Amino acid sequence: MAEEEIAAAVELQGLTKRFGADVTAVDSIDLRIEDGEFFALLGPSGCGKTTTLRMIAGLEFPTEGSLRIYGEEMGTLSPNKRPVNTVFQNYALFPHMTVLDNVAFGLRMQKVDKAEANKRAQEAIEMVRLGQMAKRKPNQLSGGQQQRIALARALVNRPKVLLLDEPLGALDLKLRQEMQIELKSLQREVGITFVFVTHDQEEALTLSDRIAVMHDGKFLQVASPENMYERPANRFVADFIGQTNLLEGTVEDAETVCLANGARVSVANDKAEGAKVAVSLRPERINVHALDDKPDGPSLEGVVSSVTYLGTAHSYRIAMDWMEIEVREENRPSRGHFNAGDSVLISWHSDGVWVVDN
Amino acid sequence: MVDTESVNGSPVTPELEKAAERADSRRGFLLALPALGFLTLFFATPLVIVAIYSFATRNRFGGTDLSGWNLDSYRRLGEPIVRDILYRSLFLAFITTVICLIFAYPFSYYLATRKESVRNIMLVFVMIPFWTNFLVRNYAWRVLLGNGGPLSQATEAVGLGETSILFTPTAVVLGLVYGYLPFMVLPLYASIERIDWRLVEASRDLYASGWTSFRKIILPLSMPGVIAGSILVFIPSLGAYVTPELLGGAKTTLLGSYIVTQFLTARNWPAGAALSMVLMIVMLITTIIYFRKDGKTL
Amino acid sequence: MSSTTDPRGFSKAFLTANAWLVYLFFYAPIILLVVYSFSGDKLVGRWGGFTLDWYRAFAKDDNVQGALWVSVQVAIVSTLVSVVLGTLAALALERFKFRGQKVFDALLYLPIIIPDVTMAVMLLMFFSQFFNVIDSVLGLTLSKDISTVIISHIAFNISFVSIVVRARLEGMDQRLEEAASDLYASRWKAFRFVTFPQIIPGIAGGALLALTLSLDDVVIAQFVSGPGSTTLPVYVFGLIRKGVSPLINAVSVVMLVASVLLVMLSLLAQRNSEDKDQKVNDENEDDDQEVSSGSSSLSEMSIN
Repeated sequence: MAEEEIAAAVELQGLTKRFGADVTAVDSIDLRIEDGEFFALLGPSGCGKTTTLRMIAGLEFPTEGSLRIYGEEMGTLSPNKRPVNTVFQNYALFPHMTVLDNVAFGLRMQKVDKAEANKRAQEAIEMVRLGQMAKRKPNQLSGGQQQRIALARALVNRPKVLLLDEPLGALDLKLRQEMQIELKSLQREVGITFVFVTHDQEEALTLSDRIAVMHDGKFLQVASPENMYERPANRFVADFIGQTNLLEGTVEDAETVCLANGARVSVANDKAEGAKVAVSLRPERINVHALDDKPDGPSLEGVVSSVTYLGTAHSYRIAMDWMEIEVREENRPSRGHFNAGDSVLISWHSDGVWVVDN
Repeated sequence: MVDTESVNGSPVTPELEKAAERADSRRGFLLALPALGFLTLFFATPLVIVAIYSFATRNRFGGTDLSGWNLDSYRRLGEPIVRDILYRSLFLAFITTVICLIFAYPFSYYLATRKESVRNIMLVFVMIPFWTNFLVRNYAWRVLLGNGGPLSQATEAVGLGETSILFTPTAVVLGLVYGYLPFMVLPLYASIERIDWRLVEASRDLYASGWTSFRKIILPLSMPGVIAGSILVFIPSLGAYVTPELLGGAKTTLLGSYIVTQFLTARNWPAGAALSMVLMIVMLITTIIYFRKDGKTL
Repeated sequence: MSSTTDPRGFSKAFLTANAWLVYLFFYAPIILLVVYSFSGDKLVGRWGGFTLDWYRAFAKDDNVQGALWVSVQVAIVSTLVSVVLGTLAALALERFKFRGQKVFDALLYLPIIIPDVTMAVMLLMFFSQFFNVIDSVLGLTLSKDISTVIISHIAFNISFVSIVVRARLEGMDQRLEEAASDLYASRWKAFRFVTFPQIIPGIAGGALLALTLSLDDVVIAQFVSGPGSTTLPVYVFGLIRKGVSPLINAVSVVMLVASVLLVMLSLLAQRNSEDKDQKVNDENEDDDQEVSSGSSSLSEMSIN
C-alpha cells in the first residue's frame, strides 16, 4: 500500500458479497474511483452492479474485502454514518412529506438547525430549478421533477460521493436525453464524485469519465468510454458496448487472423499465435461495394439477404458463406443502395477492427 | 446498534458480516419478543394443555385424572351420537359453502363488471354486513323466522300458510349463509376483478361463445377466489356455535355446541378437548391445502 | 372492460336479479330488526305502533349497562395492547430475519385459523390450570374476571392486527427506509419519520378490526369471563337463548349502530387517503408542462 498516494474517492479491494452459500453476487473486485470522477458501473441485470453500489452506500455489507471512501475504511459502518448519499431507482421520495421536507430531511437528521436546514434545502431546490415546487408533495411532480428533487435531496448534504442507481431508468427517452446533459453539467458544477449504475450502455458512454463493465460479479474491463468502444477487452464487452459483428478465427501471426471459413484477413493484434479469437467489426465501420468495385485492403464476399431503411442509414444483413454480417451505411442522396439478392464485397479500414479473446 | 461502531476501520471478513447479521437478527427477535412471549404463554401453552387433556381420563367427580394416558376420548368419535354430530356438522358446513358459492359467484361477477364508481358503492354495502356484529345478525334471523314473525306473516298473507322453520337445520344453514356470505364474496370479487378482460376479448376473437369463454377463461382464472372463499366459509361454519345455538333446535346439535356442552354441562373435559383437537386438525389440514395451492389471499 | 364482452340478454337480467336478491338478503333482516325495535307490541315481530320504550328500558337496565361497560373496557384495552404487540410483530417479520421466524409466523397465523370454540376451550383449561399453579406456589387465589377476558381477546387480536399491518408494510416501498438511513436517520428515526407515517392506515385498520372482533366475540368471553365480567354479547346471548324480547331488539340495534359506525370510520379513513391521491393527479394534469406522459406512467409504477 502506497502511503503517499492521494486517497481515491472510492477504493475497493477484494470486495466480495455472497448471499447464502451458493450465490456470489460480487466476486472479489478491485477498483479505484478517483476524486471528481463521473464513474459508471455498467452491466446486464443480475451482474452485481447494484449490489456493489449498495455496498458503497452501506445498505448491504460485504462478505469480505476492503471498501474505503477517501481513505477511510467503511467496514460494517451503517449507512447513516457514511459520507455518501444515494439517488435511488424510482427516487424513493417520502410521499408523506413536502418537497422541502424531503430535501431538508438529511440535514435535520444531522441536527442542523431547522431554519438553516430549510434555507439550504430551499437553495438546493432552486439549484435544480424547482424553487416554486417546494411546498408540493412528491406525487404532484412529474417524473423528471421527482428525479431532480431526488438529486437535490442527496446533494444538499454535500456528500463526498454521490451514488445513483439507474437514475434515468424511469424516464421516457426524450426526457432521459435532457436529463443526461443536465446531470453531466451538474456534476461539473458541484465537483462531487458521481458513481452510477446503469444497464444502458449508451447512457454510460454519454455520461461517464470511466466505465466498469460488470458480468457475473466481476469486472471485465474498466476504461474510458472511447477505449471501451474502440478496444474492448473481450468478446462480451465488444458485444455489450454498441453493436458489432464477431467473426470467429485463429491468430496466425501479429498481422493476420485466419477466419473460420479459411479466409485470411490482416488485422494487427497482440494475441498469441494459434489463439482462438473473434474479430470485431462494427457495422458502421464496414463499407459495401459492388463486386466489380474492388476496394483496397481486406474484403470479403457476400450476398445481401435483407435491407432495412433506418432514415439516416440503410442497414444490410449480408450473408457470407458461414455467417451473417450486419452493416450500416449512412444515407447520402447522391448514393444509391443495394437490394436483397445483390452480390457484394464488404471491406473495412484496418483501424476499424479489433481482435478480442474468444 | 451495538457493534457496528467497534468494527469500523477494518476490512470486512465473513466473521464481521456474520456479526452484523446477528446484531440485526437480534433486533428483529427483540421486536417479535413481546408478541412471541404473549402468544407462547396465552396461546401455545393452552394449546398444549388441550392436547394433553385430550389423552386424559375423566374421573367420577367431574374432574380429570392426568395419569394413565389413553385414546378413549378419541375412540368416542366412533360412538353413534358423536359420529352423527360430526357428520351433520360436515354436511351442514358443506351445504352452506355450496349455497354461498351459488349466490356469491354471479354476484361477484356482476360486481366486478360494474363501472368503478358503482362498484365501490356496491362494495361498501357488502362490507357493512361483513363488519356488523355477528350476534346481532343471527338474532335478526331469529326475529324474522320466529313463530308468527314477519316471514310467517308474509307467507300467510300470500296464502302459503304459517311457516315454522326456526329451530330446524334449514334455519341453521340460512343463518350460516347469512353470516359467512361476505367471506365468499370478497375473495371471489378480488379474483374476478383481477382478470385481464383482454383475455376474454381474445377468446371471443378466437370464436368462443360467451358461455365458452366464461367456462374456459373466467372460471379457471377465478379458481383461486373460489377456493379461498370456500375455505373461508367452510372453516367457520364447521366450528359454528352461536348460529346453531340460536337458530337450531335440539336435533341440530353441531360440533361446536357439543364441545361447549362437554365443558359447561357434562364436565367431561377430556372428551371436549379431544373433539376440539379434531376440529382444529380438520381446519389446519384445510388451511394447509389452501396455502399449498398458493392462493395467498386471506 | 369493453362493452362487447359485457353479459347481455338473459344472463344480464339474471346477474342483475341475483345482485338485488343478495342485497335484499343482506339487509332485510337488519332493517326489520331496526323497525321492530320501535314497535310498541310486546311480541317481537308484530307492529304495535311507534315507541321508544325499549330504548328507555335499555338505558335503565343495570345488567345491560354493566355488561356494556365491561365490553367497552375489554374492547379498548385489548385493542390498544394488540395494536402495539401486533405492529411490533409485523415489523419483526417483514423487516428482519431472525432464528425461529418461521415458527413465530406460524404461531401468529394459528389464532386466526383455530375455531372460536377451540380457542375458548384452550383458554378455559389454561386459566384453570394457571390459577391452580399460582394457588399452590404463591398461595394466591385468582379467579376469572375482566382481565382474563382482556388477555383472551389480545391473544386473537394480535394476529389480526399483525396481518393487516404486515400487508401495509409489504406494500410499502422499502427503498423509502433505505433512503432515510442513507440520509443519516438512525433506525429509530427512520421508523419514526418514514415507516410509521406510511403504515398508519394499516395500524388504524388493524385497530378497527380488533375493536370489531372484540365486540363480536361471544364464545371465548363466555368461557373465560367470571361473575361481574360478563360482556354485552355474552349477556345478550344468554337473554336470546331464553327467548326474544323487544328489549333485546333495542340492545341489538345499539350494537348494530356501533358496528356500522366502526365501518363508516374505516371507510372514511380509506376514502380520505384516496381522495388526496385523486386531487394530486388532477393538479398534475393542469400545470405540468414538462412531461405529462412520464409522470402518469411513473405514478402507475409506484402503485404497482
